[in-house]
Amino acid sequence: MEKHTVQLTGSTSDDSRLRAYFKALSKQKMLMLMSLPFLAWVIVFKYVPLWGWTIAFQKYRLGRDIFDQAWTGLDNFKFLFQEEQFYLVLRNTLVMSSINLVLGFVTAIVLALLLNELRRIYFKRTVQTISYLPHFISWVVAANIVQTALAPEGIFNVLLLQFNIIDKPILWLGVGEYFWGILGVTEVWKNVGWNTIIYLAAITTIDPTQYEAAEIDGASRLQRMWHITLPGMKPVIVILLIMNLGHILESGFEPQYLLGNGMNVEYSENLDIFVLKYGIQMNNYGLATAAGMFKTVVSFIFLIVANNLAKRLGENRLY
Amino acid sequence: MLKTKSAQYSSVGDRIFDVCNYCFMIFLVIITLYPFINMFALSFNDANDSIRGDIYFWPREWTLRNYEYVFNESNVFFATFISAARTIVGTIISVFCTAMLAYAISRPEYKLKKFVSITFIFTMYFSGGLIPGYLLIKELGMLNSFWVYIIPGIIGVFNMIVIRSFIEGLPEGIMESAKIDGAGDFTTFARIVLPLTVPALATVSLFVAVFQWNSWFDVFLYNSSRLDLSTLQYELMKVLSTSSTSTDGSAADAYANAQGNVTMVTPTSVRATMTIVASVPIIMVYPLLQKYFVKGMVIGGVKG
Repeated sequence: MEKHTVQLTGSTSDDSRLRAYFKALSKQKMLMLMSLPFLAWVIVFKYVPLWGWTIAFQKYRLGRDIFDQAWTGLDNFKFLFQEEQFYLVLRNTLVMSSINLVLGFVTAIVLALLLNELRRIYFKRTVQTISYLPHFISWVVAANIVQTALAPEGIFNVLLLQFNIIDKPILWLGVGEYFWGILGVTEVWKNVGWNTIIYLAAITTIDPTQYEAAEIDGASRLQRMWHITLPGMKPVIVILLIMNLGHILESGFEPQYLLGNGMNVEYSENLDIFVLKYGIQMNNYGLATAAGMFKTVVSFIFLIVANNLAKRLGENRLY
Repeated sequence: MLKTKSAQYSSVGDRIFDVCNYCFMIFLVIITLYPFINMFALSFNDANDSIRGDIYFWPREWTLRNYEYVFNESNVFFATFISAARTIVGTIISVFCTAMLAYAISRPEYKLKKFVSITFIFTMYFSGGLIPGYLLIKELGMLNSFWVYIIPGIIGVFNMIVIRSFIEGLPEGIMESAKIDGAGDFTTFARIVLPLTVPALATVSLFVAVFQWNSWFDVFLYNSSRLDLSTLQYELMKVLSTSSTSTDGSAADAYANAQGNVTMVTPTSVRATMTIVASVPIIMVYPLLQKYFVKGMVIGGVKG
């Protein structure tokens, strides 16, 4: 679009080119009909909300027209950055997404390596299918499962009691300090199988003659995994790692919301819950939007940096 | 091949590795499946008997009482209907529209190809956030409606990329020859491209259907005052949050007293039953589509 307007004001020699362009475009009415309604959709549902960021600079009141709000400048941001609760939820967000990132990566890579070593193809396929299951179930169901397992009479306490590791049941979700660990393990349980897909695909591109050569040289199983399979996965690992660093402020919302409670709130509440609490439940739309805007802007910067980094590493096929 | 196999098995270390690896995989399968088996057992076991504990893999006193209760004496039956409706309607509309858009921007001759693609892909990097999004829905008058489940999510950019990559991988000659035969773009799309894109469409359908079936937050945010638009997952979420904020016993009492049948069901049995109802459709469908979604993830993961 940009380009056309530039051409419009350009020299007359561009005039014929422009006419040719629109002539070509006029022959593509059907393609336009098939795509422009969705362009309108994306503008309304994805771009218009950006304009809603003005709320962050207002003392927004419901029921009043959006043009009729009192402007307050940076007051919401000042208030936000002085709010102790904000730093607490920021800490929780960063810690939880870091735990998820590290645990998620390590477990998925290890599982992919181990799955690749299974020789019985039907066994391997069955394990893979089963390992995808938790990814498809809802967080409501997953939270339900976690709560049931961690209840005082739940399976986790029963097993620990049986093996005399603890002498009385622990209310796991009632102790704030345990929350990050519980969340990390739950995320692994839910997504580890799913996350192996891309690594296993990367492994299939490794040249099999490398394994044969290593075998002739007398390399053991573990040595082959370490020196051939893992390096073969390296490009994908690096790219995914960088991309995920861009999502460092996205620690998730549903698990924290569903597993959080009054007893672990100091550890479970993250930025998204903060926004929900202040905005929808306490009607402080201005402050909540300011917090949401902070998150989006910082995330955007992270993503752009991450993308450029990935590009510079020569992995252009990402785009 | 046989030779390498026997060579591999000759080493003791290799054998130990294999045994450990298989044991680990079996452990993984158990911790993945156990929660569902346990919920299954609890849902078919007499609720009062379950309080005694020790229900793990199989019901002790079989009953259909929990299912009867959940479907007859609560909102769950209707909520399941709404869940199914949004899953079916949402998936059909979203997949068709996403595929149509993907076809349009896959055409190399389309003059707006780049502009439209970039406008969509750019939205992967930001969002207006919860509050502006909520206010938009409110301003559009979509609060308390069924369509708020469908319209805001009609195009998924990731899904669009998966389908577009697939279409771009089709031999160009097919579309050329359709053009020569006088077919317009829509006819080419509907008659020729759609049938050839089935693997990608299956992948995307699964993603959209699972998303729709599992959604509860949009119900909570936009439709929480409309009990007749509630979904299965939202009903389960409500049961979950009531039983987590109070101790198990008092929630059981409150539940039973409210229903006037003290001996019939407990929150544990209701939760287990609803968990099974919410999971079974997914458990039955996703394995059938495995070969498709694995491929789709690889395309999307590398390009996205």
